[in-house]
Amino acid sequence: MDYEAIIGLEVHVQLKTHTKIFCGCATEFGAEPNTRVCPVCLGYPGVLPVMNEEAIRKTILAGLMLGCKIARFSKWDRKNYFYPDMPKNYQISQYDLPLCKGGRVGNVGITRIHLEEDVAKNFHFATDSGVDFNRAGTPLMEIVSEPDMKSADEAFAYLTALKEILISGGVGDCDMEKGQLRCDCNVSVRPVGQKEFGEKIEIKNMNSISGVKRALEYEIPRQTNALQRGEKLQQETRRWDDDAGKTFVMRTKEYAHDYRYFPEPDLMPVTVSDAMLEDIGRLLPELPEVKRQRFIRQYGLPEYDAGVLVSSAALANFFEKAAGKNAKVTANWIMTVSDITASPIQPEHIAELVAAIEAGQISGKQGKDVFAEMLATGKFPATIIKEKGLAQVSDTGTIEAFADQAIAANAKSVADFKAGNAAALNALVGQVMKLSKGKANPKLVSEILTRKLRAS
Amino acid sequence: MTLHAQTIAQLRDKLRRGEVSPREVTQSVLDRIAAVDGKLKAYLWMNAEDALAQADAIDRAGIARTQAGTPVPPNHLLAGIPIAIKDVLNVEGQPCTCGSKILKGYTSVYDATVIAKLRQAGAVLLGRTNMDEFAMGSSTENSAWGVTHNPWDLERIPGGSSGGSAAAVAGDAAIAALGSDTGGSIRQPAAVTGCVGLKPTYGRVSRYGLVAFASSLDQVGPFTKTVADAATMLRVLAGHDERDSTSVPQAVPEYAIEGGVKGLRIGMPKEYFIPGMDREVEAAVRTAIKKLESLGAEIVEISLPHTEYAVAVYYLIATAEASANLARFDGVRYGARVKGEDVIDMYGKTRGAGFGAEVKRRIILGTYALSAGYYDAYYLRAQKVRTLIRQDFEKAFKMCDVIATPTAAEVAFKIGEKTADPLKMYLCDIFTISVNLAGNCGISLPCGFSQKLPIGLQIIGKAFDEETVLRVAHTYEQATEWHKQKPNL
Repeated sequence: MDYEAIIGLEVHVQLKTHTKIFCGCATEFGAEPNTRVCPVCLGYPGVLPVMNEEAIRKTILAGLMLGCKIARFSKWDRKNYFYPDMPKNYQISQYDLPLCKGGRVGNVGITRIHLEEDVAKNFHFATDSGVDFNRAGTPLMEIVSEPDMKSADEAFAYLTALKEILISGGVGDCDMEKGQLRCDCNVSVRPVGQKEFGEKIEIKNMNSISGVKRALEYEIPRQTNALQRGEKLQQETRRWDDDAGKTFVMRTKEYAHDYRYFPEPDLMPVTVSDAMLEDIGRLLPELPEVKRQRFIRQYGLPEYDAGVLVSSAALANFFEKAAGKNAKVTANWIMTVSDITASPIQPEHIAELVAAIEAGQISGKQGKDVFAEMLATGKFPATIIKEKGLAQVSDTGTIEAFADQAIAANAKSVADFKAGNAAALNALVGQVMKLSKGKANPKLVSEILTRKLRAS
Repeated sequence: MTLHAQTIAQLRDKLRRGEVSPREVTQSVLDRIAAVDGKLKAYLWMNAEDALAQADAIDRAGIARTQAGTPVPPNHLLAGIPIAIKDVLNVEGQPCTCGSKILKGYTSVYDATVIAKLRQAGAVLLGRTNMDEFAMGSSTENSAWGVTHNPWDLERIPGGSSGGSAAAVAGDAAIAALGSDTGGSIRQPAAVTGCVGLKPTYGRVSRYGLVAFASSLDQVGPFTKTVADAATMLRVLAGHDERDSTSVPQAVPEYAIEGGVKGLRIGMPKEYFIPGMDREVEAAVRTAIKKLESLGAEIVEISLPHTEYAVAVYYLIATAEASANLARFDGVRYGARVKGEDVIDMYGKTRGAGFGAEVKRRIILGTYALSAGYYDAYYLRAQKVRTLIRQDFEKAFKMCDVIATPTAAEVAFKIGEKTADPLKMYLCDIFTISVNLAGNCGISLPCGFSQKLPIGLQIIGKAFDEETVLRVAHTYEQATEWHKQKPNL
């Protein structure tokens, strides 16, 4: 029997705000432990939360970028559980009325986006444990996807695209090493053709996007093999161990938390006005589809080229910086490698290369060599042309002398040309190029040869 | 009359004229505390030296002595007045135990907003008063630090949960005090100790720095010897606070209390005069309402039909919120800690040793009401009935300007009388709880005696209409002598 995996992702993103979500403490990574804290984010007796407007605005911006419907009325809830990284032993989050609903990244649907507070960080020493509350209260956005992915590669692509969108909008820095983007996977396996989902297994503790991919590459066959052996899977939470390259059981269903959500009485619900939405909409970066249409219109690009170039915001930016008069040629050069933004080539390199060919300084064929050299070394075209002595000879005196030599030495070709065989010219051009060691401007060479042959 | 027996208004006149100094007033109250608090046990903590130093600082700043006869500048309203603070409000540098062992050793690191406001108005902060643990109780018997005694009869309870503040004011061991009221914790102790207790409208006074019991019900308010003093205190305490999102950005009136009750309609809810209540209490309250009628008010019979559900609704919503609010007392960051084998064990041992029986009972009740499978039947249902109770008041206030009821169904009971039966204790608040659930304001003031024990009259007002409540209460008070009676300590 064939099996297929169903994957949904829960992504936590720290928002790029100056201060924490409920107090005035700085959101700063890497400060001395417990130096960015106050009674509010330490959960001291009697303190109250005050909502950070900027966090709400950034969450709405993320929602708009992902095509979500923004809730005009949204509220806060308490999620109750005990853990030393939770200052109040409840987390202020959003349960049934999140800020954003619906939306899409590529072929993956977004279920919802809600805002909540990040927890502190626990450290374990030889005999003791310590808690650093600097991170506690950092605004944290949770993006829940639909179970729309079927492979580790699809999950990888979704996370990569999501991260890029959030960075482009300035919503978050999404540095996984700094814990600014964290991801939990829900993955189940079922026989192909079966409608019901298999038992949902949640995987936690992946520290990178490739870690997510590796975890799924481990977990999907693990579940499939278990089912093939006739075992029954159980709903459970597993922990990814990056060193071991395996997942391990954390807790089974009967130990699942009852979070006892209830409305947060210390905060007023959020109402989003038309004016606020309009205001945030102004910060919205151009959506890929809108950009694609603009590239076709503005640069005269074929649909295919425009589609490739807008597939990533970085690539599209690269193109716009490089594009000069001949945008189509620029696009061709950019598309010769899979991801030019990952290479040492800058937009200025491409612009210079296109200009050099346009001006007849080098031939198109030489251009390919220059491009390869740029890709390898990051040197600018002018430097490469100079170093390799590639500049074409456009000095007509020199070319005329070579042309005379070629005509004198190739009587047969001259006769063929005069008899009406136009192709015979190519042999003569080849001779001149040989004499010039390939540096003569071929266009100029054929012009001069034609003129001389007709005159003789 | 000795200084400690006087009101804010009387002392302020003397202070403005320079007849007495803030130090003399504070010393007089300190002497009184030394004389009577051995019997009352109203205070949990005080620092006489610090109180005198505050008084001297106010003297030096010259804000107590202003031109007599001119209007009092707002920042001089309490200049040199010694005030006691319920142990549930944070005062920087002072302990704040909430009557609980779990906060033993904790020192506040910041001032509650109401404390900052008292300081700005020139008040002298005397010390901290006893209370039922985390404000859960109606007799102050649930304090981890022992019981407080009623100044009228030391064998009896002073009400609760703000029993320490009530006993201090009633016993002249403070000129005024702060309390907190979640289901009646200011009004009920005021009633049974014969002083004035005001619960402002939810959102009128900042809760920042008030250790939360039930966040959607808690409100800070004053205990005073007269209604005029309550108005003065409210002027100082009220107002929007950017640190409390539930405080309302609405201007604070001057709380003009003169003007009488002529033309005002006073509602008498039939559900608040019930079989089983103390006959003398009922008679005193009916007589008080007649008195208001004779002063020019119109009495209208009204109905608050969902009153009978108020106690049940309250004990679901308040406990649910409390179960989360009290979760932070875990031994990790502050307060008492009992070591355990691991963190979960430490939580259990710390909370097991730190919380008293009533607090544990309510945490369990609240946790249960929010649990999967029970939420809809308990918490959600309670919220729906809460809406009905609020609508009862909205409808009633179309027919009247204020509502008059008894504050409590009986006078102060004997210490230990109800400790064995929590449900009996819960019923102490049947006449006060609805006001918190609806978010309205209410005041309790003396209206008679039964067996030489004070009886309280409750005046309930529309949301943010403390002014009318105070005016009615002041008019009644000035036409009667009850507030002039003093316990024989």
